[in-house]
Amino acid sequence: MSGEAAAQPHIELRGVSKNYGGVQAVRDVSLEIARGSVHAIVGENGAGKSTVSKIIAGVIPPSLGELRVAGQPADFASPRQALAAGIAMIDQELAMVPARSVIDNIFLGAESRRLGRLDTRAQRRRFEELIEQTGFNLDGDQHVRSLSVADQQKVEILRAIARDAELIIMDEPTAPLTQVEADQLYEIISDLRKGGTTILYISHFLDEVLQISDTVTVMRDGLHVSTKPAAEETEASLVRGMLGRSLELAFPQRRACDPASAPVLEVRGLTAAGRFADVSFDLRPGEIVGMAGLIGSGRTEVLRAVFGADPVDSGEILLGGTQLRARSPRALIDRGLVMLPENRKDDGLVMCRSVAENTVMAHLDDVSTNGLVRRDRQRKAVGKLMKDLDVRTSSPDAPMSSLSGGNQQKVLFAKCLMGNPRVLLVDEPTRGVDVGAKRAIYDLITSLAEEGMAVLVVSSELEEVLGLAHRVLVMRRGRLVANLDAADADEETVLSHAFGTAAAAA
Amino acid sequence: MTASSATPSSPSTAPAPAATRRGLRLTRLRDYGIVLFLIALFVGLSLSTDKFLTESNLKNVIDGSVAMGLIACAGTIVIIAGGFDLSAGAIFAVSAIVGVKVSNDVSPIVGMIAGLLCGCALGLINGVLCTVGRINHFVGTLGTMIAYGGLATAVSGSGLLLINDPSFGNLATTEILGFKLSTWILVAVALFCGFLLSRTVFGRHTFGTGGNLAAARLSGVPVHRTLAAAYVLSGAVAGIAGLIVAARSLSVSPTTGANLIFDALAAILIGGNSVLGGEGAIWRTMVGVAILALIANGFNLLGIDPLYQQIVSGTIILVAVGADAWTRRRA
Repeated sequence: MSGEAAAQPHIELRGVSKNYGGVQAVRDVSLEIARGSVHAIVGENGAGKSTVSKIIAGVIPPSLGELRVAGQPADFASPRQALAAGIAMIDQELAMVPARSVIDNIFLGAESRRLGRLDTRAQRRRFEELIEQTGFNLDGDQHVRSLSVADQQKVEILRAIARDAELIIMDEPTAPLTQVEADQLYEIISDLRKGGTTILYISHFLDEVLQISDTVTVMRDGLHVSTKPAAEETEASLVRGMLGRSLELAFPQRRACDPASAPVLEVRGLTAAGRFADVSFDLRPGEIVGMAGLIGSGRTEVLRAVFGADPVDSGEILLGGTQLRARSPRALIDRGLVMLPENRKDDGLVMCRSVAENTVMAHLDDVSTNGLVRRDRQRKAVGKLMKDLDVRTSSPDAPMSSLSGGNQQKVLFAKCLMGNPRVLLVDEPTRGVDVGAKRAIYDLITSLAEEGMAVLVVSSELEEVLGLAHRVLVMRRGRLVANLDAADADEETVLSHAFGTAAAAA
Repeated sequence: MTASSATPSSPSTAPAPAATRRGLRLTRLRDYGIVLFLIALFVGLSLSTDKFLTESNLKNVIDGSVAMGLIACAGTIVIIAGGFDLSAGAIFAVSAIVGVKVSNDVSPIVGMIAGLLCGCALGLINGVLCTVGRINHFVGTLGTMIAYGGLATAVSGSGLLLINDPSFGNLATTEILGFKLSTWILVAVALFCGFLLSRTVFGRHTFGTGGNLAAARLSGVPVHRTLAAAYVLSGAVAGIAGLIVAARSLSVSPTTGANLIFDALAAILIGGNSVLGGEGAIWRTMVGVAILALIANGFNLLGIDPLYQQIVSGTIILVAVGADAWTRRRA
């Protein structure tokens, strides 16, 4: 695959560095990407992987060093120039215009023109050709915002192919996908590779990286650590390269919880038309309950409804045995139930404010008197939480946006835990978080449960759910279809419930 | 493809302290670019004419910017909260007219209270429309701006209203420690707004609501109440400004204050506040107000041909904001 050593590399970086103000994001990196190969870059958050790919894609210029494309030096002033050189990038945050159609998005920036006017017929013909070539099942006129994330990604891929991209960069493409959709993506990548396209693949999922790539580059602290054929690496060796030390990847031991204790959260017959129906479950103190299911099965909707963020049509919620009448985030936080939302950037954190402000935002009354914020109390509360959760930041007054994904997630946890809640609902605890921080979050959740907190974990990473939970609930199409003890929950059983292929359960 | 390992470095904990400190300090300096511009403007005017740096001129400049400054202060809070109050100039007019009418019928003090309450009420309507009413802030206050403007005309009978009791004028002209009461009111309101933003729970709510409405709501921040309060404050302050201007000339007309909102918005943005909300400070607004006031003063003192004043003033604004934007967000 990376065979012809004599052939010229497709992309070459020579001594590339990038600094932002005083911060070195990338330091003196040199590497080669072979044509027609799948080349992966792995590293912790902040290691410089996204920066390197953005330099290649023309999004940002290097501060030092040289980029070569097909042997020629390249000095891209914009992504448009990179596209002209055959380099397309599919970012983590998919970059599309939601209100426009699939075809419009595919040809955005490279529209077909005829006599100065938009040539829709030529575009449609090209679209049909692309569909034929890739076998994607997409309706050209559908608005992009009504597509699933997996389909939106397909649109981005078509966009790259429509521009005859020779190199496609994919940044964390499978993070928002189910395993089935991810497998489909691997197929697509394999087909692209067969057609001679080079793929640069950035991912936190080491097993996936080893499965699909030919070559793996490891980065750490902005430095290039190693570039080796994937066959010569294992997950452990990659982790060692990424962290500079070994890491026990297994899940922390969980203590059995007392099955006789009274439930702290009882949900009865919760129904909201169009989102979920007749959902009932209990949560006991010290219990970690996982909620599995395909994307769109209603897990996030149920969590938000229990938290009072969205209204419901009918059903009861009892907290500590008392029925909850007023349901709003404020009311529930005050009663000791807190939700950690799925998308920290959109729903969890105010990115333009400081770490300290974000941490205390849900419990301002605890650090103020008569409406006046007491800086000393805030400093104490924030300091303690930062220490307990090991948040790495230059100062508590640093803007949220300056932290790595893993540390941002820890701050979100800190905010939720500040009031010592009895019940914690977590939606995707480790999305966009690197290996080191992941383990820290698993340890956190386990220790919270040991101290008596009831935790409900929604996660699309089955491994995570099975590794953490005492019990697993499975949702399918808005209904709760299974309530399994850890002993009975294995990947196959959970998946068959999630897909609906299980025989009528006992 | 052979391996080339990195020199074993410390695990990714805090970045090299020296580099970060230097980096952070440099950012701080950039943040204050607009202040440097103000200082340059001040120095430039002092050097180009000796009529500038006199006590009476400077006091006049300050007092002359009271109305715009008041509206800009409260408007800053609304913008930081994620809203936008286009109707402030119209509230200014209606409150002044109501205040004058009540003053003529009852007494100046009662008239002023009536004007203030009127401003609060009109602000509350804005607040309700833009939160519970789910109307976009810009469009909503554009609508109320037009409606309140019509209200001003209707209530005043579309003519000039004179204030019968000259003691009404004390609101603007009373001198305390050498400065007019109107100036002191501006200082007090600016300090109060600054205090609200930086020290109170309400201030935190404001930054959260404007910074990320969804996240603030999920954190239990009362976002609707916060926005509504900001609009009420904006209305109240616009009312105070209207009463002050009425007090100066002992009269009021329905078209008064129509352009104030645009000058106020210009001041807010020139100072470097973000129009998107979630960030900003009252001191920035005050810097913007000062810059606009100095530019106008400069035109007067230097006798710049009125024909060219707008071009010059627009250019200066672009230079100021451009320099500020360029130095602040260097990616």
